[in-house]
Amino acid sequence: MSVPLLFFSYFALATIVLSLIVITRKNYIHAVLWTLLLFVHISGIYLFLNAEFFAMIQMIVYAGAILVMLIFVIMLLNVKHEDHLSDVSSLPIPKAFLVFCVLGVLAFTLQVSYLNSTGKFSIDLVNKISDAKLLGQVFYSEANLPLIIMGVVLFVPMIAAIVLAGKRSDE
Amino acid sequence: MVPLNAYLMLAAAIFSIGLIGFITRRSIIMMLICVELMLNAVNITLISLSHYMQDFMGQIIALLIIANAGAGMATGLALLINAYRLKKTVKIDLFRDLRG
Amino acid sequence: MLMDIVILIIKVAVVLGVVLLHVAYAVYFERKILGHMQSRLGPTEVGPLGLFQPFADLIKLFFKEDNIPLGADKVLFTIAPVIVVTCVMTSFSVIPFAAGWVLANINVGLLLVLAMGSLGVYGIIIAGWSSNSKYAFLGGLRSSAQIISYEIPMGIALLAVLIMSGSLNLSDIVYAQEKLPWGMFIFPQILGFFVFLVCALAETNRTPFDLPEAETELVAGYLTEYSGFRWGLFFLAEYSAMYVMSSMLSICFLGGWTLPPFLTNLFPILNLMPGIVWFLLKVYMFMFFYIWIRGTVPRYRFDQLLKIGWKFLLPLSLTNLFVIMIIKKVFMP
Repeated sequence: MSVPLLFFSYFALATIVLSLIVITRKNYIHAVLWTLLLFVHISGIYLFLNAEFFAMIQMIVYAGAILVMLIFVIMLLNVKHEDHLSDVSSLPIPKAFLVFCVLGVLAFTLQVSYLNSTGKFSIDLVNKISDAKLLGQVFYSEANLPLIIMGVVLFVPMIAAIVLAGKRSDE
Repeated sequence: MVPLNAYLMLAAAIFSIGLIGFITRRSIIMMLICVELMLNAVNITLISLSHYMQDFMGQIIALLIIANAGAGMATGLALLINAYRLKKTVKIDLFRDLRG
Repeated sequence: MLMDIVILIIKVAVVLGVVLLHVAYAVYFERKILGHMQSRLGPTEVGPLGLFQPFADLIKLFFKEDNIPLGADKVLFTIAPVIVVTCVMTSFSVIPFAAGWVLANINVGLLLVLAMGSLGVYGIIIAGWSSNSKYAFLGGLRSSAQIISYEIPMGIALLAVLIMSGSLNLSDIVYAQEKLPWGMFIFPQILGFFVFLVCALAETNRTPFDLPEAETELVAGYLTEYSGFRWGLFFLAEYSAMYVMSSMLSICFLGGWTLPPFLTNLFPILNLMPGIVWFLLKVYMFMFFYIWIRGTVPRYRFDQLLKIGWKFLLPLSLTNLFVIMIIKKVFMP
């Protein structure tokens, strides 16, 4: 087994085990911290795919901002201990079995045996011009409309979060 | 060289585990965490396909998904704070006032 | 293949050793310089001029009792200092000390430093929460709110540096500064330099933003329940973070290991000095500035602190970005 394959199998196995751990934690803070470890491993998987900018963006945005927001809300709300213990739904085993069937269908249809595409953005090009620079070039030439829309999509929840969760004057 | 099937299967597995968590754990906080898991699985699929098909739109869509996840999480947490102020619980089965 | 790994391990050990020695003596020099600024001598007992004081402190820390508070989450309590130290030491792997003297010459070095700053918040949140104490919890929340508020103007100031240099690779940022006749990015970006300087003070919890560590506030913030070597680890992380911020300031705004081209054209003899000497001089200058500010300026209240971050520094950094965009388009095509 070659060394890249060995490292990839560690990352893949660790990701699956960690996601199983995340959904079975009783304490919410522990669940968020295991999710943080999971995101670090996913960031490592992006490094295998020549997407080093995405690895860093995953760390900064997901692990460093979104999960911190989640931890702040959990700590500020001070959720009681009884809520932690009893939030498993009724009939968990049949529901899990249904989802495993969905996974089986996905596994059957996602077998790609022959993929012969040579597009404009070959691996050598992404290595030569770094990933971030190429992203900037494509964003500002071909995909400039999604960029502007993303600006609006990020702006509106900023206002929404302040309006929704701010102090009410009549409380 | 890692085959493309490995990445797609990994993403499918993470998505399924996130889905199991979403429908099994009935508190809003765990459901938000499982939504993040599912979005990450979609990101892995997009970026691995973009790498193997040598097309760049996959990475662009993945960046848009990351931005959307952040925005959605912010709004969801604002709503969670309001809901907790109202009902003092995070179990979603207890929010049944609008049931017909 | 095996030889490469051995050489890499030796390089990592050298960098770690040098950094730890610098951190130990940063504590000593802080006490000495603060003492002289306050008309008293600092440590003078241990060794000539008190030079062995850091080793005495280290031995003392080893012998202190290591207790975990009752009801604290043991695993999280132990892991919190480890997270902070790991993140800060990882930032050192991408900093270029001289031409070609960098452990990991990755194409997104600037983003790695930002990412490690974002991850360091977790150590503080976990330290505050797992101590099972009201003071520690509030101190942890306050400190982490301060850090995440000041990450944003810092990121926007670095964005202006990225526009002028065209690359996220820290070595390429230094090479881009050599093209200007005055050799430093500080001149078009004086606003960005000021914003980054203030944010660097806030990110490392230094005066005037050191509310979590002030003796009269909230006991000691998130560090309340930590004693002995765990406390030593938190302070190791703080002084190493000061070194990382000073290195980033000197690389992004002052030209790293190079001198301005007009100086080397006038005095070609300056080319004989190895680049690392100039780099270290710039880093030491910023460390002295950190200590000088500590001895001079009173600290801010917490709401004033957040007000400065959001209402003053953020518009200032956006203005800087706008000005740099115009300058780059008009004057440097």
